[in-house]
Amino acid sequence: MTNTSTRNKVLWAIATILVLVYALFPVASILATSFKSPSDLTSGKFLPSSGTATTSNYEQILVGDAQGLFLSALRNSIGISLIATFIAVVLATLCAYAIARLDFPGKKLILTTALAVSIFPVISIVTPLFNLWRTIGLYDTWLGLIIPYLSLTLPISIWTLAAFFRQIPWELEQAAQVDGATTWQAFRKAIVPLALPGVFTTAIIAFFIAWNDFVYGISLTSTEAARPVPAALAFFTGASQFESPTGAISAAAIIVTIPVVLLVLLFQRQIVSGLTSGAVKG
Amino acid sequence: MTSAIPAKTTTASPAEAGPRLEAGSGNGNRTKTGRAPKQYSDRTRAERRLGWILAGPAFIIMLLVTLYPILQAIYESLFRFRLTAPDERAFIGLENYLVILSDPVWWSGLWTTVFITVVTVLVELVLGFALALVMHKALKSVRGLLRTAILVPYGIITVVSAFAWFYAFDINSGYVNSWFAWLPGIDENLNWFAQGPTALFVIMASEIWKTTPFISLLLLAGLAQVPDELSEAAKVDGATWWEQMRKVIIPNMKAAIMVAVLFRALDAFRIFDNVFIMTNGAYGTEVLSLLAYRQSISRLEIGLGSAVSVLLFLCVLLICFVAIKLFKVDLAGTQGGK
Repeated sequence: MTNTSTRNKVLWAIATILVLVYALFPVASILATSFKSPSDLTSGKFLPSSGTATTSNYEQILVGDAQGLFLSALRNSIGISLIATFIAVVLATLCAYAIARLDFPGKKLILTTALAVSIFPVISIVTPLFNLWRTIGLYDTWLGLIIPYLSLTLPISIWTLAAFFRQIPWELEQAAQVDGATTWQAFRKAIVPLALPGVFTTAIIAFFIAWNDFVYGISLTSTEAARPVPAALAFFTGASQFESPTGAISAAAIIVTIPVVLLVLLFQRQIVSGLTSGAVKG
Repeated sequence: MTSAIPAKTTTASPAEAGPRLEAGSGNGNRTKTGRAPKQYSDRTRAERRLGWILAGPAFIIMLLVTLYPILQAIYESLFRFRLTAPDERAFIGLENYLVILSDPVWWSGLWTTVFITVVTVLVELVLGFALALVMHKALKSVRGLLRTAILVPYGIITVVSAFAWFYAFDINSGYVNSWFAWLPGIDENLNWFAQGPTALFVIMASEIWKTTPFISLLLLAGLAQVPDELSEAAKVDGATWWEQMRKVIIPNMKAAIMVAVLFRALDAFRIFDNVFIMTNGAYGTEVLSLLAYRQSISRLEIGLGSAVSVLLFLCVLLICFVAIKLFKVDLAGTQGGK
């Protein structure tokens, strides 16, 4: 008996380690690359050779010559993603509230539309938008990215929030009113605390999606005015034509991964429940 | 739990039937504090109006950002139109489509895309299922750790994932060649990105790494819905682990598997980021999204690019149609339809 349980424990430990290696190895790989000095890049080793590890790649993109390029892209990415997330979550909250609470014709149409939009090939939207944005002056602006980002963030927000809101015991509101609360008090004290975690989780998922965008980023921008980080990374070249940008790109990649890791560390439970309740029965 | 949601949302026709709907909507309308029945008609109408006031903006924006562009793309695809030569714009009917469909570039792009989609989805299904099983059975103490770890690839930027895999395999900055030099066919001179098969291997590895967590979370949710008694009963009856899987667990989560596969297949079919970063479509790794991008954004051939976009859109529709009709994937049903 003790034999099998020890064996079980060992097997579980191995399984856990395998999963951890699977999930984190590529991140570790680029992290190691980001500390390599230019001459060490071709060593053929995973880690920087001993004694040569350097933070010069980070200095280059944060305070050095690549600073303008990277910091403006970072600012664009943060600003555009946050605004697109905020708009999507506000609109989706109203929409999902109506779907979960009210009886009106067209609910199914709205949910089906959201589904259809979420499977739409992004590249199919890009060509007409590229043309239109150039005509009306939205090309290479924040707004010119925020609008198409809504096509990425709105549908999943609506699905996730509708699933969340369906699980809220709305009777509580009535109960509070019976106890003498006003309509607004009942809503604020009974419903908002229950709904807020769902809204917050949805915001995280929507933010991930906006933060990840690449197709819109490279197609609808051309300068530092609006180009987000993923697109900037793709067009990043070394300080000189003979210097490879590998180290700088790796450092930049690590910096934009930090917010993702932080959000995941803090809110893994909520993100998992949000992802699964939105996609499979809530 | 779901008292607020009347299940039959489609039965009420959009046509304003006025007072006639009174009786029908009465039973679905239990959400607000009770009032006199004679007010139902007004209240029903007010509720419908409020419903559309709240849901309308999101709905309209979704239509504006997708329906409008695709209609525009369909229109543009009927013209010979290059941004650099706007004066030569001319209506040519379906000629753009003929040009594309008779070009081997389109077909090789299509097959590459289909190949990537099929291989990645199959691998992800197996790998994702294994991950889901581990997470499902894992001890409480490591469950949080596993979930956190698995969400890292999910949340990471695809371009970052592409660079991580690219640099690991790259002939100059990589270490894979020196690590795996003992394998036949791998040595320090192997340039993974100089021929199709090896380049596709790395592209698919990056894609699989990044998107398996999503599929495995969907499968985990499906696993959680299989009643424990079923597998217990099978175990009592002497079923082996494999028999439990095949006869009890998998049949009971078929819906979750189908949804996961369809979602991933549609997503994989749009693959762009990994290919753009690693090979930019060289050596037979050109995929359809990249083809569309190259036509419209790089070459400014709006007419041709729009036609590629429309064809890509039709492919996605076809996949959906096949999945829903042939495999009876009920997306609306599984997605909290009740």
